Amino acid sequence: MTRALLLCLVAGLLAIPVASADPPQQGVTHVHVAPGTPAVDWGEQLFGANCVTCHGPNGRGITSEVHGAGNEEGLGPSLRGVGAGAADFYLRTGYMPLDDPHKQPHRSHVLFSKGELAALVAYVASLGPGPRIPRPHPERGSLSEGQALFTEHCAGCHQIDAKGGYVTNAVAPTLDQASPVEIAEAVRTGPYLMPRFSGRQISDAQLDSIIRYVIYAKHPDDRGGWALGHVGPVPEGLVTWFIGIVLLIATCAVIGKRIES
Amino acid sequence: MKRWLIALGVLVVGRFRRRPLLDEPERLVPSAAPDRRAENIVLLLFGAATLCGVAVPVIYAWDAIPNQTQFLGLAFGLAFAFLSAACIVIAKRLIVTEDIEEEYGLTHPEDEEALEQLVDESGDRFTRKRLLILAGAGAGTALGAALVTPAASLGPVFDTSTLYKTPWRRGVRLVDEAGHAFRADDIEEETFYTAYPEHAEREQMGAPIVVVRLKPAELRLPSARSGWAPEGILAYSKICTHAGCAIALYRKPTFAPVEPRPALVCPCHYSTFDVANGGEVLFGPAGRPLPQLPLLVDPAGQLRAAGNFSGAVGPSWWGVRRHGPRS
Repeated sequence: MTRALLLCLVAGLLAIPVASADPPQQGVTHVHVAPGTPAVDWGEQLFGANCVTCHGPNGRGITSEVHGAGNEEGLGPSLRGVGAGAADFYLRTGYMPLDDPHKQPHRSHVLFSKGELAALVAYVASLGPGPRIPRPHPERGSLSEGQALFTEHCAGCHQIDAKGGYVTNAVAPTLDQASPVEIAEAVRTGPYLMPRFSGRQISDAQLDSIIRYVIYAKHPDDRGGWALGHVGPVPEGLVTWFIGIVLLIATCAVIGKRIES
Repeated sequence: MKRWLIALGVLVVGRFRRRPLLDEPERLVPSAAPDRRAENIVLLLFGAATLCGVAVPVIYAWDAIPNQTQFLGLAFGLAFAFLSAACIVIAKRLIVTEDIEEEYGLTHPEDEEALEQLVDESGDRFTRKRLLILAGAGAGTALGAALVTPAASLGPVFDTSTLYKTPWRRGVRLVDEAGHAFRADDIEEETFYTAYPEHAEREQMGAPIVVVRLKPAELRLPSARSGWAPEGILAYSKICTHAGCAIALYRKPTFAPVEPRPALVCPCHYSTFDVANGGEVLFGPAGRPLPQLPLLVDPAGQLRAAGNFSGAVGPSWWGVRRHGPRS
């Protein structure tokens, strides 16, 4: 009896790492297709299995709330003409699929495989002509020009250190994990509440500079030595205050000491 | 704290409250020898504090010097430091101290007398009381003058007409940072542009504007402003009506049914202005709408102002609603 219990325990313990190594992928339905199936067709099947509840049949969008199977809310924009750039951005950052259409999408674990992502992007691109996936060359950009442009166009929301910030009713995400392609896609498509910047406002060459600056801002050269989160005067003031209060207490102690007479 | 009160009492009251020398009561405070060196140090410190205090209005008035703000801060800091150093030297070297066991009670006349006597005797050590008082008063006056100096920056008091002036009037073209005229076709939806009046000083409060384009069907402008937004192109002052920061944020919904409406947001305190509705305040500390600039598209397709702003530009002040803006 004891031995059986022990065996059960050992078996259970062994099962835990196995389970955690391969977690059940929730929220996404994988579609297996025969090899050689065109990407667009595979993408269409994936779209039908994962996206159609909100984006509607053929990506036409659902603009008033419908309740589908399992009382799932369906509400989402049309994907016609958004292009491969937007689809690639939302999928490769894990912004989509979104569990609640009323929430701001945020960066999360990507549940689709690389092949599935490419197939979905190809399908969305086939819905209507739209911007392609940009190919930035940050190595060609200028860091100082990038900083100036970032200050002008981006820092209002994302902060000069690219650590993100707020706008009313939304969060401007940190750019810590943003890859050059994702930055270029976000600038050109304007996800969620972010404005969209066309080539007339920010040229491709200027975009290269901006991306170079964002990459630099992930690991900036901290000459001061103590970066304090790069968020400027608030933590700096706090640290100064903590140092200052020790000095003030020390001064009080010196003043307050009685003279021996 | 007691000791500080005594020090103050010595400087202010002690001089005028000399007690008659007849029937001198028993001393409460042990007598001590005068300390001229400490007095000199105190005089020197008061003098230095006075100099620093006087330096503040001088630095303030003298725009030519670089790093003006830093020097102002330094002068203020040093003035306070010298003043406190003087007080410390007085307390430690010049006031005769005595441990008092019982609390002071100011209700009984004898206690009051005892306190006066205490104050008098504590000040025994001073040899140049009048000079010290003068030096202390001088430092205090200089510092007081320094503290009220920044009030001069509070803006025009009697003639506020400059606050209503803007370079915009009917026919002025909108130009970008580089001075190129904006065409109506240049303005795209879902993004924002900063524009300036052509041939005008850009640093003035009324110059910079934000230009955005909405679909004409999305506009909800008051009826008096119909025609202010040709093709759905809207222009607003770039200066927040709360504290005068530059409005650098534009939020626009990607999917309108579930996302907040398009708005201009000030990065300083998050005042949020509805662009479709004539700049009404949606959120934040701003007390009045963002002034809107009426636009027109000329036959060449270029954007021009069709008049002046709908209200006074810039942060609010007491008379802000009295007049409209003038060109």
